[in-house]
Amino acid sequence: MERLIEILEDIQPEVDFETCTDLIDGHHLDSLSILSLVAEMEEEFDITIPTVEIIPENFNSAKALWSMIERLQEEE
Amino acid sequence: MIAYYLGKLLSYVEYTSYFSLGYFLVILPFTLLAYLVSPKPVRRVVLLLASYAFFFAISGGLLVYLLATTASVCGIGLWLSAIQKRCDNACALAEKSEKKGIKAAYLVKQRWVLALGLVFNIGILVVLKYSAFFIGNINTMFGSGIRLPHFLLPIGISFYTMQAASYLFDVYRKRISADRNILRVALYMSFFPQIMEGPICRYEETAEQLYSAPRLRWDNLLLGGQRILFGVLKKMVIADRLNMFINNVFTNYGNYDGFVIALAAICYTIQLYMDFSGAMDVVCGSGQIFGINMPENFKRPFFSKSISEFWTRWHITLGTWFKDYLFYPLSMSKPLKKLTSKARKKLGNHFGPLCAGAIALFCVWLMNGLWHGAGWNYIFFGMYHFVLILCGNIFEPYVIKLTERLHIKRDATAYKGFRIFKTTLLVCIGELFFRADTLTAGLTMFKKIFTGFTLEKLSSGALFTFGLDKQDYFIVLLTTLVIFIISLLKERGINIRASIAERNIVLRFAVWYLLIMAIVIFGAYGVGYIPVDPIYAAF
Repeated sequence: MERLIEILEDIQPEVDFETCTDLIDGHHLDSLSILSLVAEMEEEFDITIPTVEIIPENFNSAKALWSMIERLQEEE
Repeated sequence: MIAYYLGKLLSYVEYTSYFSLGYFLVILPFTLLAYLVSPKPVRRVVLLLASYAFFFAISGGLLVYLLATTASVCGIGLWLSAIQKRCDNACALAEKSEKKGIKAAYLVKQRWVLALGLVFNIGILVVLKYSAFFIGNINTMFGSGIRLPHFLLPIGISFYTMQAASYLFDVYRKRISADRNILRVALYMSFFPQIMEGPICRYEETAEQLYSAPRLRWDNLLLGGQRILFGVLKKMVIADRLNMFINNVFTNYGNYDGFVIALAAICYTIQLYMDFSGAMDVVCGSGQIFGINMPENFKRPFFSKSISEFWTRWHITLGTWFKDYLFYPLSMSKPLKKLTSKARKKLGNHFGPLCAGAIALFCVWLMNGLWHGAGWNYIFFGMYHFVLILCGNIFEPYVIKLTERLHIKRDATAYKGFRIFKTTLLVCIGELFFRADTLTAGLTMFKKIFTGFTLEKLSSGALFTFGLDKQDYFIVLLTTLVIFIISLLKERGINIRASIAERNIVLRFAVWYLLIMAIVIFGAYGVGYIPVDPIYAAF
């Protein structure tokens, strides 16, 4: 989780990712930032994120992102 | 006899838009009445028949296109579902090592079926809407004399085709199950309040709601009615009032100086917002009357701090469609993922993914421009936003560093205000090209803003002779200000509609009275006014 927060802070330094729960709905991450995030997460956590997983429910908070990472790691 | 006279009476009213008498005096009240007196299983049939009647009243026999799309989408969905089931059965019986190969083989089959569905439905749209544009360009490029085809476009084809494609994609991705009930699919595809101008709904958003045909409720009727009136106010008081001035300047731009052209671009941006968001108020209000919640298409776009944010607040359902079904599938396809991986190693984590992102973004904005219309000015409009969004992303780290060096607090109100102003200005420039008759006209008008800018028309009072007098400007300004204040309050979390609904009956009726009086007194109708055609219905 700590590494994920570091990745997020690197992409968007202005957001408090520990508490923010509207990363997509609050326009903190746009489509191009999400591409950076996906690329970084895939490499760092050795997962493949399919297109269907890119939905606000999975990307609105660091916690939701972490749940998705854990789920995809288990599936792989 | 009664049917004959009723038919004759109905043929006298126009059904051109959600603001037409045909919609307010015939389609909406008659459907409501039939819905009210019907038992639950019949209500959904009432909605479907009303939807087809509305479509037929506007597009006549072109209804056959909507029927063909509905039938094809339903059939292809079931075909995809059958392949998925066969795949699951085969995997259940296979060894673990064989499963990957089986899944890949069935995926190829699914892709072919999906492609068939998309080619059929998007093919109809391309032939009807774009063939004249493409052939015209071929004639210009090669000097050929191919006759230009002139197809009649069924109303809302650009909107319902997007819904059809989203249904097929979602079945393919197993986000939804293919529906065996063609009545439910038909309702999803054709619901009359949204067929003409959207919102572009997803199957899971509206299909079940429509099919369940909820009972009419008094509170829904009142809230829906209020929202419809608010939409009519936006359209009739502002959009229609500005129409003559905008038409005049954009048609005869050669006669006007830079100031008038800049003012017309601002007025057109206001008109487009009031026309489209007003139509969405009528659409969502009509849906609410029947107890149907439809997705919102606007989220106070003129409070956006960047162009990228603007497009998450303006025509939201179109933006999310392109994001979900074009941008991510493209940018996360195998070749572009490889590109991202290579580029990240050389350019780092900010610029690396931008390479693949830029290719996907280019395709999205090319399609977005073309979706709005078959013309070079629309393609330019798309490319304009592509460049702005891409540049915004490229320069963002540098802008953050610059503001830090200059000790500017990025969350300070003044800086936010500056960003909102800058975004609004860029939007107005984009809309100038969007509204211009041709790309050449747009470029000439844009150039004139800088080369021929004088305030002569303002000081001489000539500004009040182009179709808008002092009173008109005052009414437009005042109503826009009221709508701005309502939006500002909502942006700060205060919902005016909800707070009015909680007040006593006297205040609630006062709001109804005010809305109706404002439309009757300040609405731009009758001799001297030409109402604007529904702008988005033409796309």
